[in-house]
Formats: sequence, structure tokens, C-alpha cells
Amino acid sequence: MKYSSEYRDAKAAQTLSQEIHRITTRPWTLMEICGGQTHAIVKFGLDELLPKQIELVHGPGCPVCVTPLELIDKAVQIAARPEVIFCSFGDMLRVPGSEVDLFGIKAKGGDVRILYTPLDCLKIAKENPTKQVVFFAVGFETTAPAHAMAVYQAKQQGIHNFSILVSHVLVPPAMEAILGSSANRVQGFLAAGHVCAIMGYEEYIPIAAKYKVPIVVTGFEPLDILQGIAMCVKQLEEGRYQVENQYTRAVPEGGNRAAQHYVKEVFQVVNRKWRGIGEIGHSGLGLRPEYSEFDAELRFEVSGYTAEESPLCISGLIMQGLKKPHECSAFGKQCTPEKPLGAPMVSNEGACAAYYRYRRAELASTGKV
Amino acid sequence: MSEIKDFTLNCPLPISDYPTVTLAHGGGGKLMHQLIERMILPAFQSPLLEARHDGAVFNLGGARLAFTTDSYVVHPLFFPGGDIGSLAINGTVNDLSMCGARPMYLSCGLILEEGLPMETLWAVVQSLKQSAEIAGVQLVTGDTKVVDRGKGDGVFINTAGVGVIEHGLVIAPSAVRAGDVVLLSGDIGRHGIAIMAMREGLEFESKIESDCAPLNHAVLALIEAGVNVHCLRDLTRGGLGTTLIEIAEATGLQITIEETAIPVRDDVAGACEVLGFDPLYLANEGRMIAILPEAEAAKALDLLRRSPNTSGAVAIGRVTDGGGVVRLKSQIGTTRVLDMLSGEQLPRIC
Amino acid sequence: MCLAVPGKIVSIQGEELLRQARVDFGGVLKEVNLAYVPEAQVGEYVLVHVGMAISIVDEEEASKVFGYLKEMGELGELGELSPDGGTKQ
Repeated sequence: MKYSSEYRDAKAAQTLSQEIHRITTRPWTLMEICGGQTHAIVKFGLDELLPKQIELVHGPGCPVCVTPLELIDKAVQIAARPEVIFCSFGDMLRVPGSEVDLFGIKAKGGDVRILYTPLDCLKIAKENPTKQVVFFAVGFETTAPAHAMAVYQAKQQGIHNFSILVSHVLVPPAMEAILGSSANRVQGFLAAGHVCAIMGYEEYIPIAAKYKVPIVVTGFEPLDILQGIAMCVKQLEEGRYQVENQYTRAVPEGGNRAAQHYVKEVFQVVNRKWRGIGEIGHSGLGLRPEYSEFDAELRFEVSGYTAEESPLCISGLIMQGLKKPHECSAFGKQCTPEKPLGAPMVSNEGACAAYYRYRRAELASTGKV
Repeated sequence: MSEIKDFTLNCPLPISDYPTVTLAHGGGGKLMHQLIERMILPAFQSPLLEARHDGAVFNLGGARLAFTTDSYVVHPLFFPGGDIGSLAINGTVNDLSMCGARPMYLSCGLILEEGLPMETLWAVVQSLKQSAEIAGVQLVTGDTKVVDRGKGDGVFINTAGVGVIEHGLVIAPSAVRAGDVVLLSGDIGRHGIAIMAMREGLEFESKIESDCAPLNHAVLALIEAGVNVHCLRDLTRGGLGTTLIEIAEATGLQITIEETAIPVRDDVAGACEVLGFDPLYLANEGRMIAILPEAEAAKALDLLRRSPNTSGAVAIGRVTDGGGVVRLKSQIGTTRVLDMLSGEQLPRIC
Repeated sequence: MCLAVPGKIVSIQGEELLRQARVDFGGVLKEVNLAYVPEAQVGEYVLVHVGMAISIVDEEEASKVFGYLKEMGELGELGELSPDGGTKQ
């Protein structure tokens, strides 16, 4: 496929690898923000191509992983109602709530459906006028425009049996939370290219300046990630801390203005709880009061519910880059993709699941787990 | 969450801790393996079952026979490249073929849902008949039951089959040796994607047809030409990745495969990109791997390529000592260890 | 987060927020909403996330990574590389 296969060229990857080796003189700790990048790094074994001094820590950029337990419980409570058709992206179905996951609700007879796009909910709502159609709107800035469009169109078209359970989070506040932590080790960031395709990268400029960290907007193919690492290391070695854009083919500086407009129309910035990290101020999106009729939490009266997360799970430390998945005492034992304790073990993109899938046998053979 | 215990040490339930069966228990991944290992195998202990083959192989009345059974549930019933009828014949024919047997006689149990149009049933029956003719097997016994509307998905089919083994080879993971070569009979993932393309909520337009096909003629061609086949496996649920992991775990040997050697059609790869799937774990219904000595690989490839359902056969890797794991040499030249998935792949959207 | 995949626009119908395209991903076609890339035209590549095009792939910029590689002095060896999807080992 054009714009994919040519970025997976072995010889070019070797060239970039040599370049990174050549310019690296000291140890550096970089964080790739996005779970999709983590997935590519593990799937393509990209860290094999890096010098030992470069450590990659996996960031909190997986919406499946950072959705707090209580929101999963709310989803489960709503999905269990007989009048509800509960729709979601695929990997949310396996995220464990306090008692059960959405697959469990499906097994008990709930109408739980996997959709590719939230826009399909409008059609389902029209076809099922006596049902309540709910979409589990998880995601970062990349996904918010699709949810905004679904809600906006529902309002325009007068579709009243549709609502969304919102769990939208934002990248820059999470980066600031990581950088502001006294335990922070991250010295440079690969910013998530697809978030920036929507938002642009102007908002990273003050972060780079304030915390003196280089931030490189990076794509998702092996060559993108290697080039992003090379650009980030080069800045570190030269003592620079700028915002640079590796992913220019998809990311204009200002992002996608049309998408930003509709996100702003439908959503407002709110405080959000992150699984394993806790509440971060102004770190998420919620529906504006003008669109509150589409808020599933209000419609199904679950907004007051709270739940505590497992004390065994150290997903917060993992998502802040303070620990590696295999350093968790529950990794591969109490916590596996079949019965995950924490969300990073759930999603294919989750740091723990990626480790479990691709690294467990290796770690076992070297006695690390 | 404090009640979660390490179930391998101390668990009141025989399988994991799902109190109910979930779809993942039938997905061909780890949960299904757990179900088999912790519930089925202990309940029906038998050396034949322990062999964990696609069918049971035994001597009876002076003949060496293979015996297998499989149930077919597929939605939709008709899909590009096949239907539940062709699946039900080819699946059982292929399971017998993987034992090195010549498939002979099949049974067919139909479980029909009240309200199923006769026209649909007729189409399925015609497909069963045609597929049996193509594979060269006879349907010799059967059963029909009807369940209440809403208790079935139109048609469920169970077929069992008997085949005769006309050679002295042991075709099983136990025969695999370090130095063997792994052959793959054609491109992978078409069946899984053909079905996925029709799934509500995920649908897309494609020209991808299921690879559903009988493999008995290709297997018998190998055996009749005297190729010393060590192991055969058809790649069904769980795909190439899961099948190789099963063999590596069963033998304790390491299997290393080359990603660039594995044929995946562009449109299958495209669908995988969009849904976030890995083609290594997609279902196939007419693909197999053959593991055999390197010295016989060229001859085997030549024979397979002459048979219509295995014309795309290629060598994808080899077996070496140690590890009990499968290593994939990626297209960018790095190596990773393949792990079994939990259940069916879920579309990876975020 | 956010799996987004580049595909080629094959046809377009509808207007404004309901402007829909059939987008080709290696031979499979999917319906994609173009509300956020109103200027997108047939033949262009868009980056698609959960059924919405979020960006038009900039062809000129797309070749930059290869320019970067060439700068590293690998001109000769990488001569056959081009961002047309045809690069194979």
C-alpha cells in the first residue's frame, strides 16, 4: 500500500539505525506518547535497532488503557439495560470493569455491538426507534472529531434515541503531568502524529520551552519512528529543545481547522480521571451544556457512580514511564490478556499487552519474568 | 479486585475465572486452549485424545484409520468463496487429510432454526453435495433437528469423517525434527477477511473470496510420491501464527519464519491495516503447512504447486533446536517472538 | 492511540457534512466521511481514522523521509527507493 509499505524498508531502517548510533554519545530516555507507536515499536522490533543508551518508555497514549475503571463500570451498567444497544470500538469490550467486562454483558444477552465508526450509530438509532443507542466515546484528540460529528448530526437530524458515554482525554495535560512529576525520567518526546493531524503542534511549543524537552511530532511506520528518534536524539545531543515535525506528510502546523471547529462546537475542556494516574485538571473533553441531551451519563443516571482500581496493578507507573510492564509483580501472573487487571494489558496497543504478546517468551528465557 | 487469585495455583473453577462461556472461548486462541486443557482433556482422558491431532488415528480390523469431527457455525451462511456447506465438507476432509488419511465417509448433522427458508436449506444441501463430490467423499449417515426460532443461527452443521491411512508414516508434531523446512500452501487470511467484510458495523467492499477448499488431493499427491512428510496442519481459527506456536510448544523445537516469505494478498493486507489485524492470526479454510526434511522440500513444493488448491505453495521457514517458540524475522530485518492471541482478533481502532 | 490509515479516494458523493468517499486501501474499499477535508478530491490520498478522513496526505512532504535518508550519504544504495509503494526487498 502506498504511504505504508515504502516506510517499512529494511535497508532504509538500517540506514536510520546507523545514523542514530552515530549521533548518540550518552544515555537518553525518550517517550513515545502514542500506543499505536508502541505497537509498531514492539511489532517491528525497532528497539533492536537502537543503541543501548537509548531507552524508550511507553507513554499514556492508549485511550483503552487510560479509561478509568468507573467509566467501564458505567458502560457495563448502561449496556446491561434491556432497552440499550451499546456500541463500541472493538478492544473496549475486553476492558475489565469491577465485576465484568462488556463481553460478559454480551454473554448475558446484552445487545453489545462492535462498530468501525461512531457515525454508524445514527443509522442504527433511526432503524431502532424504540431502542436507546449508546456509543462508548473513548479516545484522544484524533477521535474527538468523529464523536463530535456524530453528536452534531444527531442534533441536526433530530435523533433523540442516541447518546454517547464520553471518556475523552487530551495529550498536552498528560505530558505536563509526566514532566511535572518529581520522578520524571523522560528527556524527549515523540508526539503522536495523528493527534497532531487534528490539533497541529502549536500547543507543544510552550511545553518544550517550559520543561526544556525536545518534542518531535512522529508518524507510525517503522521509518517514521526511527527518524523521529533520530531527530529527537540529535536535539538532545545538541542541547536543543524545540518542537519539530517528522510527520509532515500528514500534519500541517495548524492541524485540521474544520475538525477543531466541530470539536469546540460540541465539547468543552473538563477535568478527567486517568486510569492508574488519577485526576488531571483540564485533561479531557465533556459535552457542552447545549449538547447535554446526548450525554449517556445523564440519560441513564450513572454520573454519581465511583469505583476504586486494583492496588496490584501499577499501570499508572507504566503509563508514566516509571516502570516497564515486566517489572510489575502481577505481569503474566494475575494479569494476562485473558484476565487483565489493568487496561494496558487489555488493548492491543497497551504497553503490557504488547510486552506480553511479543516479549514474554524472550523475557522468560532470560529469567526476567 | 482483591478477590482475584492466581488461578494456576489455587482456583475453584477448572477454567480461568469466567463464570460463563464467552465468544473468546471458541476463538481458537488461548482461552479455547485453556478450555480444552483444563476441562475437556481431563474429563475424557485417552492416549488418542492426548495426541492433540486434528483427528484420532488408530488401528481397527486390520486397517489404520483416522476419525474426526467438527461443527460449523458461520454468519453469514453464504459468503464470497463459500458457504456453511462447503466449509462443513472441506473442514472435515482437511482434518482427515492432516492425519495423512484418504478421506472416505462423512456424517452430517443439521441443526435447523425454525423459520429457515426451504430455499436456503436447499442451497446448503446442494453445496454439501457438490463439495463432497469435489473432495471425492461420500455422505453416508446423518441427522436433522429443528430448534425454536431465535435458538439457532439459521443452520448449524456437524460433520464427522473417517479416512483410511495407506502408508506407514507418522504424521504428527512428534515426527518434526530440527533441520526440517516449513512449507505453506498459499496466501493467508482470505477466509477471515471475506467473513469480516460482511460483518455488520465493519463491512467493506472487496473482491476477497474465502480460500475454502479441500486439501486431500494435494496431501495424497505428496504421500503417493513418497515424500517423507513429518507434520501437516490446516490453518483454521487462530491462523498460521497459532498453528506454528502449537507445533513449537508440542515439539519443544524452535520455528523461525520469514515475514517476507509469507504470501498475503494486497487487499487482505489493506483490510488488516484498516482494522488493525495481524494476518498471521486470521482464519483460513483451505490452507495448510507441511513440515518435512529439507532434502525433500523442492520435490514437495513442486508437487504442491501442481495441485490447484495448493498452487501458491512456498517455503516460509525452518525448524531448529531449542526454545519451543516461534520467531518471526520481520520485514525490516528484526526478530520477534510470536505469541498466541487470547481469542478472536478485535478490530483495533484506537 | 488512533490507528489512521492512508487510502486513495475513488469516488465522492454528497455534500458538506455528509460528503462521503469510497476510499481504496490496497484493494478493499470503505465508506469514509470527508466533512473535515472539504477540499479533498478523487485520486488524492487521505488519512482515515474511525471512518473519517482527518488529513490529506501531502505527496511532496511524503518523500522527505527519503530525502533525509539520502542526506545521510546513502545516495547510491537508496537510489531505487521512492515513495510510490513499489519498494520491495
